[in-house]
Amino acid sequence: MTTTDRRIVALSAGLSTPSSTTLLADRLGKATVAELGALGLTATTETIELREHAHDIVNAMLTGFGSDALEAVIERVTTADGIIVTTPVFTTTYSGLFKSFVDILDKDSLVATPVLLGATGGTPRHSLALEYSMRPLFTYLRADVATTSVFAATEDWAQERDGANTGGGSLHERTARAGRELAEKVALHKNTGPVDPFATAPSFEQMLGS
Amino acid sequence: MQFGIFSVGDVTTDPTTGRTPDDTERVRSMLTIARHADEAGLDVFATGEHHNPPFVPSSPTTMLGYLAGVTKDIVLSTSTTLITTNDPVRLAEEYAMLQVISDGRMDLMMGRGNTGPVYPWFGQDIRQGIPLAVENYALLRRLWTEDVVNWEGNFRTPLQGFTSTPRPLDGVPPFVWHGSIRSPEIAEQAAYYGDGFFHNNIFWPISHTRQMVQHYRQRFEHYGHGRADQAIVGLGGQVFMRKNSQDAVTEFRPYFDEAPVYGHGPSMEDFTAQTPLTVGSPQEVIDRYGAMREHVGDYQRQLFLIDHAGLPLKTVLEQIDLLAGEVVPVLRREAEAARPAHVPSGPPSHAERVAAATSGTAQSGTAQPAASVTTGK
Repeated sequence: MTTTDRRIVALSAGLSTPSSTTLLADRLGKATVAELGALGLTATTETIELREHAHDIVNAMLTGFGSDALEAVIERVTTADGIIVTTPVFTTTYSGLFKSFVDILDKDSLVATPVLLGATGGTPRHSLALEYSMRPLFTYLRADVATTSVFAATEDWAQERDGANTGGGSLHERTARAGRELAEKVALHKNTGPVDPFATAPSFEQMLGS
Repeated sequence: MQFGIFSVGDVTTDPTTGRTPDDTERVRSMLTIARHADEAGLDVFATGEHHNPPFVPSSPTTMLGYLAGVTKDIVLSTSTTLITTNDPVRLAEEYAMLQVISDGRMDLMMGRGNTGPVYPWFGQDIRQGIPLAVENYALLRRLWTEDVVNWEGNFRTPLQGFTSTPRPLDGVPPFVWHGSIRSPEIAEQAAYYGDGFFHNNIFWPISHTRQMVQHYRQRFEHYGHGRADQAIVGLGGQVFMRKNSQDAVTEFRPYFDEAPVYGHGPSMEDFTAQTPLTVGSPQEVIDRYGAMREHVGDYQRQLFLIDHAGLPLKTVLEQIDLLAGEVVPVLRREAEAARPAHVPSGPPSHAERVAAATSGTAQSGTAQPAASVTTGK
């Protein structure tokens, strides 16, 4: 296994197989790796589909701990140098599966992590869901969110081919721009791993003094 | 090594019959379970303390005081005593009284409680859980070890010239455990005082338990109470047994599927793989729990949850017979064979603590903390 400079994880909360949300995650991942390459950094990207862990995510909410497979996913995500998060827009916002996964993350586990937002939907009229619900969610988690977020409506997949510009650029152009923004953040950020709760626990003298 | 049972005291409908005991029946079942455990030869019975339905054991020392009178050998304990919402003055009095009545056949385990609404019912705030546990326990120790206490703190009215009665039996306070699932601060507190640390791992993977116990052991040594492997460790556990493994699985499954906490969540197979829950033959329980020491080191107390989720009393008593008759003798023999001589077999008994106090030797739970305790000025 070769060592690379950066590791990107692209999360997809898409439910169908194949899923346009996963396709978007893949493309954003590849765009980011390509842009990191342009910056002189080698990088890998892996796409993780939450669908495969849906039952484990609900179980973790009920029991307070994740299965080994889910804990491995959480570890991959929270130790990545940059994360791409993608979800279908359901009933005005991110899917329940997407939010459930975010809910089981430690609230400090994504602090300062570069994050790129992506979403899919049937019509571009849902595109602001990225701005009014996805972005505040990751701002709350104190992640470092890229300015450009990418919404892919059904028609974007068609327009991509004929190069039509819908105002913000074609899906291809927006994907490249978002990948560039994430790459620039990731180039400046190396994940140093999770905070060790035992190493940071106060000594008893400190507790008595407080 | 000590082996016993601990009860949450939940009132839960038996999913196989639809029958729900009332509070009176559940309290009396707990008493029967404790007496049976004593007669069968288990080492410890511990009751939880809860102040919200569906749990009945609100008044541990009343229950344990009665049990002290009707049992012979079993150590009576708590799992846990709420050090946050109880007044430490009342705890000092009640548990010293229990210690005297039981002739030292008791200890207790401090816990914070995790139910937000319970705190305000007792005038406290769950966000202050750790500071409450720290200040209240520091005061409790002083009330047991000093005849006259002048004290001022953040969470209760000051004390001037206060003496808690009865004074501890033979002048030696009860042995104390600190129970915590997730908070390194509580492992730190246990280590600081040289008290016991109990990790109730019944809903947790062993990897997490190992981390918490290891932290406690390292800090125990840091504070000069002995070597890390001499720290006093207890673990929770949960089992359901029948002679034939498959009978246990078939019989317990409806209780698992409907159980509070994990019911309607993971499958029983997943949960048994991920947590210490073991459903099967006595030999399977022996194999599983005999290996716990490989994860946390030689430890001193193993408690099993066997009476929850609506299991009928008769079934619970059968579980005690299987535990005491087939499982514990083997586990005890194995633990004794594996334990190095310098590691304590169990937590210190009252007699051992009295002997240590008179001879002046340091011993877990009696040693002076590394620094003077000044909480509450």
